[in-house]
Amino acid sequence: MQYLLLIYRNEAEHAARTESERAAVFAEYMALSKSLESEGSLRGGQFLHPANLTTTVRVRSGSVLATDGPFAETKEQLTGYFVVEAADLDEAMAIAARIPNARDGSIEIRPVQLSH
Amino acid sequence: MDVDAFTALYRAEFSRLVAGLVSRVGGLQAAEETAQEAFEAALARWPSAGWPPHPRAWLIRTARHKALDRVRRRANFEGKRAELELEAMAGTVPDDDDAAEERLFPDERLKLLFTCCHPALSMEARVALSLRTLCGLTTEEIARAFLVPLPTMAQRLVRAQQKIQTAGIPYRVPSEALLPDRVEAVLAVIYLVFNEGYAATSGEERVRLDLCDQAIRLGRTMAELMPRRGDVRGLLALMLLHDSRRRARVGPDGEAILLEAQDRSRWDRAQIDEGLQLLEEALLGGPPGAYELQAAIAAVHARAATAAETDWAQIAGLYALLARVQPTPVVELNRAVAVAMAGALEHGLQLIEALDRSGDLKTYAALPAAKADLLWRSGRFRAAAAEYDRARALAASAPEKRFLEGRAAEARRRASRLS
Repeated sequence: MQYLLLIYRNEAEHAARTESERAAVFAEYMALSKSLESEGSLRGGQFLHPANLTTTVRVRSGSVLATDGPFAETKEQLTGYFVVEAADLDEAMAIAARIPNARDGSIEIRPVQLSH
Repeated sequence: MDVDAFTALYRAEFSRLVAGLVSRVGGLQAAEETAQEAFEAALARWPSAGWPPHPRAWLIRTARHKALDRVRRRANFEGKRAELELEAMAGTVPDDDDAAEERLFPDERLKLLFTCCHPALSMEARVALSLRTLCGLTTEEIARAFLVPLPTMAQRLVRAQQKIQTAGIPYRVPSEALLPDRVEAVLAVIYLVFNEGYAATSGEERVRLDLCDQAIRLGRTMAELMPRRGDVRGLLALMLLHDSRRRARVGPDGEAILLEAQDRSRWDRAQIDEGLQLLEEALLGGPPGAYELQAAIAAVHARAATAAETDWAQIAGLYALLARVQPTPVVELNRAVAVAMAGALEHGLQLIEALDRSGDLKTYAALPAAKADLLWRSGRFRAAAAEYDRARALAASAPEKRFLEGRAAEARRRASRLS
């Protein structure tokens, strides 16, 4: 099965970290991607720019409405994602627990609906 | 036909059938439906043809045929694989070999328990699923037991089954690394079911008492399937020891009877003996956890021939240990009562006062009720009455309120006699 792992963290807290602390987290992410890749479970994943760069678009009565900022203001912001292949939810949960921001943020696991 | 015997058979065999079918028919929902079909076939046939000599083997054989029908309807590859497996199985069992039939259908309820109690499901869903799939309760019975409208409960079950299927909640015994956490999750579900039943003592809520039986059955299943774990045995011991007082703890009008006022000859001795035996075995396994310690406390009560002979010092010591593994205000409250009962009445009262001031239990009726009891024991009836009033305002059930009202009135009578 494929799972989307959505990584949420508090951006303000992250920004308050020192340069070397942030570099350490980044290195951890690189190492994780590498080992997921060698385990054959990595299907994709990216970091995202900060949430203040978000634009939300809606089409209502035929006109496009754009607003600055995310759809919902939350304490933790979506900051990146992985797409992984896992045998079942237990495996996906184990991968999620290895994501560095699982320790200070939250990882949301969503099963991917694959089209056949 | 004997309806009670059939219901008993259903409750005993439904979960085993479902458990054995899950991996063969591709999912919990399909397995439940298939098992249901087998029982329907039995209901259609047995009243006229009589019960087969081996009902379980008959049900397994019928379920297997139904499963084969079901997977044949699915044309895809998975269906084909399942069909071949089921056919191979059918080919190896002559129709009259009941023992072989059962051997080919090993007990897989443990996997089912772990699936139903998976942490990715809400606690409510875990409880409902376990009762339905493992105890064979109907959706309606579960709805009634939890005082939830039937459609709500039905929806809760369907959603949980969908999540199991779609989110890929596995159907297997968890890996060694996950096992301790997952066993804990299963035990938490069982204990919650037990407490739901135990808390309901009144006549109008009699159906909920059945939950105690169901929890004990689940506990027995766990103990049978994971015999070496202390916490599994500890929980079963705990439930048996508490449940042994069932006939003594409720009066004719549904009112609660306090432990010290219970007629101990009405306690279920066989159940106590079994609980004590299990506890002893559980304690051999290593440092005791919360279930073993609570069972040990219940055991001290069970061993006392009269309330006056209760070894409160030992109970206070056990609560002190329990407070270390489970540092909650409720445990602290119980420890305070035990300390008071062991002779240090004022010290116990001070501990309760401190808890009261912390505000952690400000909606918990048992705190003012315990305080009232201790004030009563020390002869301060007027203060006791005020605490009983406070407890009554917080109490949830009508019989509990009536009981506390009676105590408050009696405390006031004694206070006015003294003054």
